[in-house]
Amino acid sequence: MLLGVLVVLVGVAIFPSRAVAQENPPTDDEVNAIAKGLYCPVCENVPLDVCPTLACKQWRDTIREKLALGWTKAQIEQYFVEQYGDRVLAAPPPHGLNWAVYLIPPAAFLVGVAVLVGAMRAWRRPPIQPRQTEQPTIEDPYLRRVEQELQERA
Amino acid sequence: MLGLLGLVGFGQLRAQQGPVGIGSRAPEFILTTFDGSQVSTADLKGQVVVVNFWASWCKPCEQEARELELAYQTYKDQGVAFLGVDYVDIEREALAYLDRFGISYPNGPDLGTRISQAFRTQGVPETYVIGPDGRIAAVQIGPYPSFEAIAAHIELARGK
Repeated sequence: MLLGVLVVLVGVAIFPSRAVAQENPPTDDEVNAIAKGLYCPVCENVPLDVCPTLACKQWRDTIREKLALGWTKAQIEQYFVEQYGDRVLAAPPPHGLNWAVYLIPPAAFLVGVAVLVGAMRAWRRPPIQPRQTEQPTIEDPYLRRVEQELQERA
Repeated sequence: MLGLLGLVGFGQLRAQQGPVGIGSRAPEFILTTFDGSQVSTADLKGQVVVVNFWASWCKPCEQEARELELAYQTYKDQGVAFLGVDYVDIEREALAYLDRFGISYPNGPDLGTRISQAFRTQGVPETYVIGPDGRIAAVQIGPYPSFEAIAAHIELARGK
């Protein structure tokens, strides 16, 4: 009896992950959560979770197997990248020329904002007033004298 | 912004170029086979090399699988090398496919799809027959219809 219990305990200790894997196989949702971030090169622009081809079905089966083995999402994605290249990822990994994808859009946005702010400042400035025209000089001696006397009386 | 547009344009231009053409120098590559050995096309210079792109999920590939093996058995001792490049596939399925069709020439996965990108393949099956001078002598887009068609390409590459 005691020997039987010991055998069972040793068995559970040696094969715990196997027991867990059999009891909790990965669900379709868990598989698709990873599959939607992957693109099979055969079916360009169709995410793996909705791709109907045999190749994509094989890929989803592979994801299921890796999940059952306890692999993480990052490990599974890395496996597919090593096998089939960067292009299987929905978003390119940030290295080399791929940085352009991440840097150019925000840089273009900032340049646009700077141009817009500059334009708005220019619109807010008060319009340039025309210079006051100087009083015409009075050439007529009579009128000059009238003006002079008016100023003296004022 | 102009630089990005230039990059996109260059990529589109390259994508529309189509497969490497007859007479052009064949891309060199190293194939790591399913059993772990490595075959370099640089080491096969002076021989005719038949490079076949296939996949286990590819139904048209099955039409030519036995004929390719027959051609390999016919020509393997006559200075003709065969290489199978498994495109976007799962290893277990690929090995089952090779077993099912009794294919014995070196086969391996197209890791990172680098080889198919170098040849600018449009799909599978595609076969490139490289002459002893390292240039593409014949291209078969789609499955070979018969053993005779494969033999004709090999003879063309040998200059007969």
